[in-house]
Amino acid sequence: MKNLERRRVLRAMALAGTVAATGLLAGMTGAAMAQDRTSVKIGYAISKTGGNAGGAGITTLPNYKLWVKDVNDAGGLELPDGKKLPIEVIEYDDRSSAEEVVRAVERLATQDKVDFILVPWGTGFNLAVAPLFDRHGYPQLAVSAVTDKAPDFVKRWKKSFWMLGGGHDYANALASILADAKKAGTVNGKVAMISVADGFGIDLVTAARPAFKKAGIEVVYDKTYPGGTSDFSPMINEAKSSGADAFVAFSYPPETFALTQQAQVASFSPKILYLGVGTGFPVYGKNNGENATGIMSLGGIDPNNKMNAEYRKRHEAVTGVAPDYWGSVITYASLQMLQEAIKRKGLDKAAVSTELASGAFQTVLGETKFEDNQLRQLWWAGQWQNGQFVGVMPADRKGASKVILPRGDWKKK
Amino acid sequence: MSRKLLPAFVFALVVAALAYVPFIAGSYGITLGIGMLGYVTLATAWALFSGPTRYVSLATVAFFGIGAYTVAVFSESMVYPLLLAVAGVIGLAVALVVGLATLRLAGVYFVIFTFGLAELIRQLVTWYEVNVTGTLGRYIFLPVTPEGIYWQLLGLATTAFLISWWIGRSRIGLALKVIGDDEVVASHCGINIARVKLALFTVSSVLITLVGAIQAPRWTYVEPTIAFNPTVSFLTLIMALLGGANRLTGPLLGAVPLFMLFEWLSANFPNHYSIILGLVFIAIVFVLPRGVLAFAEENWRRWRKSGVKNLPAVAE
Repeated sequence: MKNLERRRVLRAMALAGTVAATGLLAGMTGAAMAQDRTSVKIGYAISKTGGNAGGAGITTLPNYKLWVKDVNDAGGLELPDGKKLPIEVIEYDDRSSAEEVVRAVERLATQDKVDFILVPWGTGFNLAVAPLFDRHGYPQLAVSAVTDKAPDFVKRWKKSFWMLGGGHDYANALASILADAKKAGTVNGKVAMISVADGFGIDLVTAARPAFKKAGIEVVYDKTYPGGTSDFSPMINEAKSSGADAFVAFSYPPETFALTQQAQVASFSPKILYLGVGTGFPVYGKNNGENATGIMSLGGIDPNNKMNAEYRKRHEAVTGVAPDYWGSVITYASLQMLQEAIKRKGLDKAAVSTELASGAFQTVLGETKFEDNQLRQLWWAGQWQNGQFVGVMPADRKGASKVILPRGDWKKK
Repeated sequence: MSRKLLPAFVFALVVAALAYVPFIAGSYGITLGIGMLGYVTLATAWALFSGPTRYVSLATVAFFGIGAYTVAVFSESMVYPLLLAVAGVIGLAVALVVGLATLRLAGVYFVIFTFGLAELIRQLVTWYEVNVTGTLGRYIFLPVTPEGIYWQLLGLATTAFLISWWIGRSRIGLALKVIGDDEVVASHCGINIARVKLALFTVSSVLITLVGAIQAPRWTYVEPTIAFNPTVSFLTLIMALLGGANRLTGPLLGAVPLFMLFEWLSANFPNHYSIILGLVFIAIVFVLPRGVLAFAEENWRRWRKSGVKNLPAVAE
C-alpha cells in the first residue's frame, strides 16, 4: 500500500514537473511577433549539440552572432531605398542530424518564411540542404564545406556558392611547398604522412598522394588512423625512423593537439611539420607559444590586412573567443557579401543571388568576388610565424608571407 | 460479417486519405509526413520483433544505415526499383547472419550486442571506404521528389502494419508470445525458438532497411556518421515503448505524438530541446511504463470499477 502511494506521488510529480517546465519555457519565449515588415527575418539551423557542435561553435555560430550584432548596432540591414531594418533571427538546433537539418531548413523556408537562410556547418549538411535552398530560391553561401565537386554543384544548384575550396587545392599547395624545399636542398624530399579515417582526412590524403607523386616527393610512410585516436607514439616513432624529414598529418582538432604534444615528448622535429584542422585555432598558438612557430596547416591570414585584424579584435571582444585562422573570417566575409548584396538589390532573393554571383564586394578579406560561384581568394597553406598563423600559399597572392623552413627543434619548457 | 469488414474498410480509408495528403499539404507538410511515416514504420517494424519476444534491439540504425548506404553506393549504376530491392536483399543477408549468431543471447547481452552492431557496421563501412575506394561521403542524385518518398513510405508503413496484423493472428505470432513469456516452456511445446525468432528478426530488419533506403535521397550526401546516427535507434525504441510494443497500433500511437512533440519542441524551444525531452522521457517511464494503450485500458477498467489486470511491460 505504501509503495503504491509513493509510486502515485512520484508519477504525479514527474507529470507536474514536465508540464510546469514546458509551460514556463513556453511563457518565456512565446512572445507574439509582429506581422508587418519592421524587420528582416534571417534564419539558420546549426549544430548546437551533437558531434558537429565543436566545429560549428568555433567557425560558424560566433560569426553569425557577431554579424547580427554588428548590423543591428548600426541600425539594421540597409535596403536600396536607404531604409534600415533590424535583423530578426530565427535559430534552430539541428542536433547534428541530417534529417533534422533538412526539416529545419524546410521549416525556415515554408513556415517561418524567412527572407534569407544562413548555411549549416559541415560539407555533408551543406549538401543535404542544397536542394532545399535551390527549390525555395534562397542563395546558399556554403562556407564550411570543403569539396572538389563545387564546379558540378554550381551547375546543379545555380544559387549555391562554395567558399572554402577543395581537397586538391590544399594538397597541391602543400606539394609545391615540399617540392620547392626539396629543390632548395632544405629537405630530402621524403615525407611521412598520416590521416584521419574520416571525411576530411580521406579527401585530403586522396588528393595528396597523386599531387606528391607529380611533384617528385616520395611518400615513405602512409597510414590512416580512426578518429578519436589518442596515442600517436607508435606512428611518430615509425615516421621518425622512416628517413623522412617532412611530416604531414591530415588530422582533426583533438589529434592535432595530441600530435603536437607527443612529437615534443618523442623529440621528433621534422624540418617540415604540417598538421590538420585545429592548427589554426587561436588556442593552439596560445598553448604552444614559441613551439608553434614554423608549423604549417590549411588556411591563414594576411597579417597586414587591417580590416581582418580589426575583425579579429572585434570577434574576440564580442564573442569572448578569438576566431580561428581558416573558416571564421570567410564566414564573416560571406555575411558581409550578403549584406552588401541586399543593400544593392533589396530582399528579392533571385536578384541578390545574381548580384552575389557577378558583383564585387568589400569585405574583411579585402575586395571579394566569386569566380563561377566559388571563392578562390583563399589561403591554401599557412604557417605560424611570430604568434600569428599567416597565409603562405599561393605565394604570388598579395599579402602572402614567405615560408620559413626548416622549422627548428622543439624548445624545451 | 460487417463487424469483420468494418476495420478493414476504415484502414483502407485512412490509407487513401493519407495518400491524398501531398495534394493539399505544402512542402513542409510533406516533410513532416515523411518524418512521421518513417518513424511509424520503424517503430512498427521494431515492435514486430521486439514486442512479443521482449528482445530490446538497438540495431535499428544498423539496418537503417545499410539501406541508406546501399542506395548511395549503387545510385548511379542501377534503376531505382532495383536499388530498393538490392537494399532489401543486403538487409536480409545481414539480418540472417546477425540473427543466426546472436539470437541465442538474451536480456541485457542482446541489447549491448545490438548497440555494438550499429557501431561495428559503421566502422566496417568506414574501413572499406578508406582502404578500398578512397572516398568517404557519397552523393545521391536521384530524381525522387519528396512526394514520391512520402508515397513510398506510406506504402511501406501500410505493409509493415499488415504484416504485424497478420503475424498477430497467425501460428507464428502465438509462438512468439509463448517465447516472450517463457522460452523453456516454448521449447517444450515443440516451438523451434531459433527459427521463429530469426524469421521475425529478418522481416523486421528488412522493413527497417527499406526505410533507410527510401529516405536516403533526401540527404543528397551520405557518410557513415550521417547514415549511422544512433539517435534513430533510441527514438524508435522510445516511440514503440510509449505506444506499447506488444500491440498492433501501439507503435503508431507512440510514434505520431512523439514525433509531433519533437517537431514542436525543436521549432519552439531549440535551446531547451534536450532538457525538455529528458523530462518527457522520465515522465513516460513514470506515468506510462506499459505504454499509452495499456494505460488507457487500465484506467478505463479502474473507472468501470472492475479489476485491474497488470500487464507486463516490454522493458521489464
